[in-house]
This record gives sequence, C-alpha cells and structure tokens, in this order.
Amino acid sequence: MAEVVHVEVGHGEHHDDHHELSFWSKYIFSTDHKIIGFQYMFTGMAMALIGGYFAYVFRMQLAFPGSSIPFWGTLSPAAYNSLVTNHGTIMIFWVAMPVLIAAMGNFLIPLMIGCDDMVFPKINRLSYQIFLLSAIVLLASFFVPGGAFGGAWTSYAPLSAKAQYNSTPFGAPLWLIAVTLEIVAFLLGGINFITTTMNARAKGMKIYDIPMIVWMIVIASILFMCSVGPLVAGAVMLLFDQTLGTAFFDANAGGDPVLWQHLFWFFGHPEVYVVLLPAMGIVAEVTCTFARKKLFSYKLILYSSIGLGILSFFVWAHHQFISGVDPRATYLFTTTTLLISIPVAIMLFAFVATLYGGSIRFTTAMLFALAFTGEFLLGGVTGIWLGSSGTDIYLHDTYFVLAHFHYTFVPIAIIATFAAIYYWFPKMFGRKMNESWGKIHFWGTIIGFNGIFIPLFILGAGGQHRRIYNFQNYPDLAGADMQDMRVFATMSLIVMLVSQIPFLINFIVSIKRGEKAGKNPWKANTLEWVAPSPPPHGNFGPVLPEVYRGPYEYSVDGREKDYWPQNEKPEPEAS
Amino acid sequence: MFEFLDKFMPGILESLLPRASSYAVQIDVLFDVITILVGFWFFLVLGYFFYLIFRYRQRDGHKAEYISGETHKQKQAIEIPHYLILVCDVAIIIPTFLVWFNIKIDVPPPDEEVRIVAQQWAWTFYHAGEDKVLGTEDDIVSVNELHIKNNTQYSYHLESKDVMHNFSVPVFRLKQDAIPGRVISGHFKPILEGEWDIQCAEMCGVAHGIMGARIFIKSEAEHNAWLAANTPATSDTGTLAIVNQNRSQEKKDRNNG
Amino acid sequence: MAHQIVATGRSRTGIPTGRLAVWWIIGSEIVIFGGLIATYLLNRFNHGPSWSAEAAHTNTFIGAANTFWLLTSSLFVVFAHAASERQDAKKTRMWIWLTIMLGGFFMGFKSYEYVTEILHGYTIFTSNFWSFYYLATGLHGFHVLCGMVIMAIIAENDIKNERNWHRVENIGLYWHFVDIVWIFLFPLMYIAK
Repeated sequence: MAEVVHVEVGHGEHHDDHHELSFWSKYIFSTDHKIIGFQYMFTGMAMALIGGYFAYVFRMQLAFPGSSIPFWGTLSPAAYNSLVTNHGTIMIFWVAMPVLIAAMGNFLIPLMIGCDDMVFPKINRLSYQIFLLSAIVLLASFFVPGGAFGGAWTSYAPLSAKAQYNSTPFGAPLWLIAVTLEIVAFLLGGINFITTTMNARAKGMKIYDIPMIVWMIVIASILFMCSVGPLVAGAVMLLFDQTLGTAFFDANAGGDPVLWQHLFWFFGHPEVYVVLLPAMGIVAEVTCTFARKKLFSYKLILYSSIGLGILSFFVWAHHQFISGVDPRATYLFTTTTLLISIPVAIMLFAFVATLYGGSIRFTTAMLFALAFTGEFLLGGVTGIWLGSSGTDIYLHDTYFVLAHFHYTFVPIAIIATFAAIYYWFPKMFGRKMNESWGKIHFWGTIIGFNGIFIPLFILGAGGQHRRIYNFQNYPDLAGADMQDMRVFATMSLIVMLVSQIPFLINFIVSIKRGEKAGKNPWKANTLEWVAPSPPPHGNFGPVLPEVYRGPYEYSVDGREKDYWPQNEKPEPEAS
Repeated sequence: MFEFLDKFMPGILESLLPRASSYAVQIDVLFDVITILVGFWFFLVLGYFFYLIFRYRQRDGHKAEYISGETHKQKQAIEIPHYLILVCDVAIIIPTFLVWFNIKIDVPPPDEEVRIVAQQWAWTFYHAGEDKVLGTEDDIVSVNELHIKNNTQYSYHLESKDVMHNFSVPVFRLKQDAIPGRVISGHFKPILEGEWDIQCAEMCGVAHGIMGARIFIKSEAEHNAWLAANTPATSDTGTLAIVNQNRSQEKKDRNNG
Repeated sequence: MAHQIVATGRSRTGIPTGRLAVWWIIGSEIVIFGGLIATYLLNRFNHGPSWSAEAAHTNTFIGAANTFWLLTSSLFVVFAHAASERQDAKKTRMWIWLTIMLGGFFMGFKSYEYVTEILHGYTIFTSNFWSFYYLATGLHGFHVLCGMVIMAIIAENDIKNERNWHRVENIGLYWHFVDIVWIFLFPLMYIAK
C-alpha cells in the first residue's frame, strides 16, 4: 500500500505537462474518462432527438392517417415499420444504454470512487469509437436500397432472416451489425467499469461506502455481460442466415425460428434491468442529497438489486406465453415474473421511505427524481397484468404492453437521465442550469408523457394492436372515440417534444453563462463534489481523496452542518 | 367460479369490447382481480408518497432526521409491505393458473374444426364443411373471412407459410402465434353473434398493418345457409377465394391511396 | 500517455487489474460460447438421428490431433509463465513461440479439415449440423488466431524489451480458456455420433 500512496502523491507533478493539447486530442481522441463520458452523452442526446423525431412521425400517422406529415410527407407502410423498429432500437441501444450506463459510468465512477481515470483509458476510448461506428452504421441503413429494417426491434426470425420476407436486403444486416457492434462496445466498457470499481477505489472506501449509483452501474454491467452472450451467438447465426443463406432459423430446412426468440429474450429481459439499475442509482443519489436524508436501508437496496439481477435470468419466456412454447412452462415463468415485483418494490419503497423525516428541496433535479419514483411505480405495477399469463393471452402485443414498457423506459431513459443532467451539470461544466427554465421543462415533459401513454393503456385494453400503421382498416378500432384518444396521445407527444426546446436552450446557454457553481453547490457528500468544477485532467489535483465514511451521512445528529463529506477527516475523539 | 365472481367485478374489459367466447369471462375477471389488487396498492403507495413530499418539504427551522433504515424496527417499514405484496402475488398467481389451465391446457373435445393458414399478408380459412372433417372435398376455403356457428365448440389448427404471424381475435380474448413449420392447435366457443375483427398481432413484414380479417359468428340456421351456398358442389372454391382476394386487394389499394 | 494513471496501479481486491480484466473477458466469452453450445445441444436433442448421421462425417482423427496440439500448447504457455516469473526473457520468448507454433499446427490441421470436408460436399449450407459445425469451430478458430497474434505481440514487443511481464500470465489465462472451449467442442462435434 505504501507504494501506491507514493505514486498517488507523485501524480500531480506530471499534471502541468498537459496544457497544450490540440482540439482533436483533447476532445475527439481523448482517453480522459470525463471527455469520453461527454462523447457518450452527446451522442446519446443526438440519437434521442432522432428517436423522438421518429416517434413524432409515426404518431402523426396514427392520429391523422394518410395525411401529409409536416417535416416528413406521407408515410408508407414500409417506412412506418422502419421508423417504429428503429425508434425502439435507438431508444434502447443508442439512448438508454449510452447515457445511463456509459455516460454516467464514465463520468461518475472515477470521480465517485476517488481516482484519476478508468483503469483502461485506451480500451475506454476504443469502446466509444466502436459505439460511434455502430450508431453510424444504424443511421446509414436508412440510405441503402430497400431502406432500413422494419421487422420490429425484436427482429424475430424468419422475418429478419430473409430479404424475401422483410424486403430490406441491406437494412436488415446493417441493423444487426449495428446492434452487435454496440454490444461489443458495451462489453468493453462494462469490463472497464467493473475492474475500475473493484480495484481502483480510494483508500478507505469499503464496499458499503460505494455510492449506490456506482454499485448499480457495476451490477448492470455484470448483468449485461452475463445475458448478452447467447444473443451475440444468435446474432452471428442470424447474420449468416441473412447474408450467406444458412438455415439456423428456417423451419423448412430443419432450423428453429423460436430459437431466436429465446436467445433474444434471454438477453432482452435482463436488459430492462441493465438500464433500470443505473436509473435507480441516479434517483438514490439525487433523492438523498435533496431530502438531506441518509438512504433508507442501503444494504437492503443493494441486496435487492442483486436479487433482481439473478431473478431476471428466469423470466424471459414471459415474452413468449403465446409463442407456441410448452404451455406448462408458463406456470414457472408467471411465478418468477410476479416474484420479481418484490425486489423492485423493495427498492421503490426504500426511496419513498427515504423521504420520511426529510427536508425536501424542490430543485429541478429532485422533481425529476421524484417523478421517476411515481411514474415508474405505474410502469412497474402494470407489468403484473402482463406477467400473469392468463391476461397476457389477451393483452400480448397490444398498446397495453406498449404503454406499460414506456412507463418503465421513459422514467428510466428520459426522466432519470434529466435528473442526472440537472444534478451533475454543475460538476460537468462548472455552472448551474437555470432552475425556472428547468421547471418549465419538467412540467412539460411530465404532463406530455402522461398524456401520451394513459390513453394508450385504454386503447390497448380495447384490443388495439401494436405496429399497425393505420387503424382505419379495422372496423372495430376505427371508432371516433378511439381515434380521439390517438389524436390526444399525439398532441401530448408534441407537448413533450416541444418541452425539450427549453431544456436544449438552457443546456447550451448554461455551459457558457450559467451561475458559477463552485465545488459543491448541492452540499452533497460523495467524492465527485470534492473535485473542482469542472474537474481537471486527473480529477482531484495532486492528492487523491481518502474516504472515512459512507456516502449518505446527511443530517447526522450533533453536527452543525447537515452533510458530512466522505473524505472529511473525523475529528480526533476526546479521550 | 369465474361467472360467479363476474357479478362483483367492474367489468373493465367488457365495457371496452364485448365478450364473444366462452372463456372471455375468465380473462376479464382475472383482469379485474388484478386491477383491484394492484390499483389498491398503487394508489396507497402513491398517496403516501405525495403525503411525504408535502409533509417533509423544506421549511425554516426544520432539520431532517437521521434514519439509517438499518435497524430491525425501521426495516419493518419495508418488510411488512413486502410480505403483503407477496400475499397479493399469490392471490394473482392462483387465478392466473386456473385461467391458463382452463384455456390452454384443458382442451374440450371439438364439435367443429377449422384450419387457419397465415401468410404474408392474408389469412386463409379452411372450414370443415358439412361432413365436419378437414381435408375433404366439401371444405370451404375463404380468404380473410372466418364463418363460424354460434354456441359451438371449435378447434383450430394454425399454420404459417412464411414468417411468424399471430392469430388474434380480440372479442374472443384469443391470441396465438403462427409459427412456420408447426401446426398449433387451440379452441374457442363463440357465444355472441356478430361480425368482428381478426388482427395479425405479430410483426410480419411490410403490410403487417393491413393483415386483418373478419370473423362472422352466425346462428345455426344462418350458418347452415352460408354452408349450403358456399360448399364447392354449388359454388366453385376457386371463385370464392378469388372474389375474396379481390375484395381484400381493393381494401389494400384504398388504404394505400 | 505521458503520465501513469494512478487508477491502473491500484489493487483493492489484491488481484492485479490486468488479470482481473482477463477474468471478466473470459466470463463474457463463456456466456457467448455457452449460448452457442446450448443452442447446439437443443438442436441435437430435437433432431437426434439426422444430426448424428451428419456428425459421422467429421474427421475424428484430425479432431483428436488438434486436441493434442492445444493441450500441449497449454502446457507450454505454463512454462512461459514460469519463465516470466523468473524474468527470463529468452526462455519466455522461446516457450511463447512454441505455443504459437502449436497453435499454428492446430490452424493448419483445421484448414486441411475444412478443405477436405468442403471438397466432399459438406459445406456450411449442407445442413444445420454443418452450419453449426462451421460456426462453432470457426468462432473458436478465430479465438485461437487472435491468441496467437497477441502472443506474438507480447513476445516481440514486451518480453523482448523486458517489460510488462504480467502480460504472459494474462494471455496464458486466455489461452487456457480457448483450450477449454475446444475440450467442449471436440466431443460434441467429433465424438458424439
């Protein structure tokens, strides 16, 4: 240990050599974890705008079928399918994953565990470059002959396996290559997060002193790593089917089309928790800071999240209740699916209990964190109708499913992300974002979001299916009252999208003109608030911090200040 | 049992869409049971959540308490609700198993059979005809129109020619994937006369959105009249299929324009 | 990088960071090959007789010889590790290059096997068994090739300049893993008939 301390002190002396860096080596080919975090964040935000634009186009088509859509034109069925497919793919793989895991993980993990960078900075840079390449490949698929893949984000074989079925001879392989590259990028990134957290923690930081979000990102990375392997194997098989003409998933030649569903959902369901856990971590951090409260039952939350991760490997077939799997298997999967409500409920209850006895400051970040807890609660409980195999016979692939998972994914990928951005913006750029504009953004987003999806629950319960580009073809669904709900949902979407304009303006203006934040604007405990804002290369200056206590020691009895930073030396005890 | 429970339930799904099959009531009741249990918890937690937000807002001279949540007594605040959730889970799992068993595993002997073939992007229905045996000469083949007799136990055999499709009849609360290379059987018993939608509920390619069909549930007399009028002896199967095909083609053309 | 990253030098678990990362890489690879092998087994159970008939045409002799090359190379990489512990650059390089040589034998036999099979009409399109055969052995062969390239780089770039000794152990772990995958593939593809 003495050797390590020596190195850590010596580090600051090298520090001054690093002023003269060109724009390219500082911002594009940097190995600094913060810059890579920003790269992930900005790529994710750009992709979110694209995904949101897709949502706007196809919701306009559903509300006003056949009419010319502003900023698009008339929408053909094939284009509708491509937009729906790529909206889902982008929002999960190119928005939720990079922003929640990669951006937050890269920016926060070294800062929060008190070290100067990731343990493998070059692998980190490589991870981003592969990710960027994957995003380019995906977007390029819109400009190839035949257009982008339109077989739904689940990409079920044999539709996805043969161009004669999906009519996208180039779009389908490009989609698959993009997803596979993205997976490779996150495997590399995940190994970095896990090893960094295991090995590079500050002196004195024991495992229960690790901030919850770091735990959550690490557990999510392990979960991703353990679940994605079969999908990688499956993706290679599917790619062979598409490009070479093998028959892994072709029933006519001895293959099994349901196999792809198993491989996909064995990954696809844990994937939900891969993005959920970091969002839970963000909410834990923000809630504790602004309620001035210790996190309620840290260990219970931690064990619940590990239990959640393990259970999530035994629920995948609840996506396939009516897919021709053995009907008896559903007994098992219904049970596990309903049991998984327990760890999630424990975590949400712990967040609610954290508020008890607090002193809540309603900053924009806190509003978003509270909104996450409330909205995700609805997303979580609506899963029970679908996890119950009996009702799933009816609700499978209706808008009820769609509304359910948007009530989980929007709080995860949008609401929790905004909480994180408002909360860590001062650390990222050294200035605060404007609170008034932030609140306008918050209410617009929340009202718009609920306005979109509550009508969709009703439409789904009324038998309206997903991925249908014009409901006027179905007499039972073409009624005026149902169409009114679709129009209402579309209008709410426009409200939600327009509400992002104040955010973007606020974000850009605040980088240059926001109120100066100082080191610790929120009076928070974790180590990132010890570093200057924004943190320089090497994060903490010449001496890296040491840790003396857990991350959530707020409002400790008998102390004047209501916070107690992790690195503050304890006063010598009177003896 | 479910018919009895139905008397006390709000009947949410039935208010949105009529029940046209014998087992629809079971799914509707299960939906209502879940709605009541989950709704109770949801609003309770949400109400308490808003109460806490209001009660513990920042006020002058008020300092937050230090509660670790690690002591046994404090943990009970989470443990007790979580046992209650477990009880609710079991209360949902038991009727779920019953419904699933009744619909998917306990298959009643059929009075009539129908073969359903899905392809991109049409449904072909093979009605067994008067001899009630599939694959004989008097089978009636129709495209995108399924004609069935009310109050009759049907067995269906679902196939796909190319990709995954899903045979979904919302008024029946019925949904089943059609998988290439397999024949999947199931059952339904219509209880309500009328004409409703059949949808394809699995993404199946470019025209997935218009891969719909209609189901005609008729009284015995009307159904027999339809049988008599369409049995290949009196009317050529090919013509009927072509007539139907043209009709659906017109529908597609209309919607594309 | 002009300066040393402190994080890389830390070791809170007591395991060097590089080795820890290799273990995690192996973990993720286990799931990939695990998915592949599980898929293969599922198919084998579902289409027993026809797959067994196809499997009868694989060349057990070459499979066995390749098993021998890989197991021996695993032994050599252990010797390389032992030499690197003594910081004996000459011996380390020798053992690494011998390991690479055996990997080369493996790839050579594999190529001969592919060529004869394709000439006899057993291509990746012949049946699903052969699709799996080429996919699984191809993916494994790709890992062998990667291991050989990395070992060559370590021998010529690091060990020759007497630095980064720990990399020998890390690549050794990876190489053992590649061998173990083959230990699973060999009985499944060549022996079970």
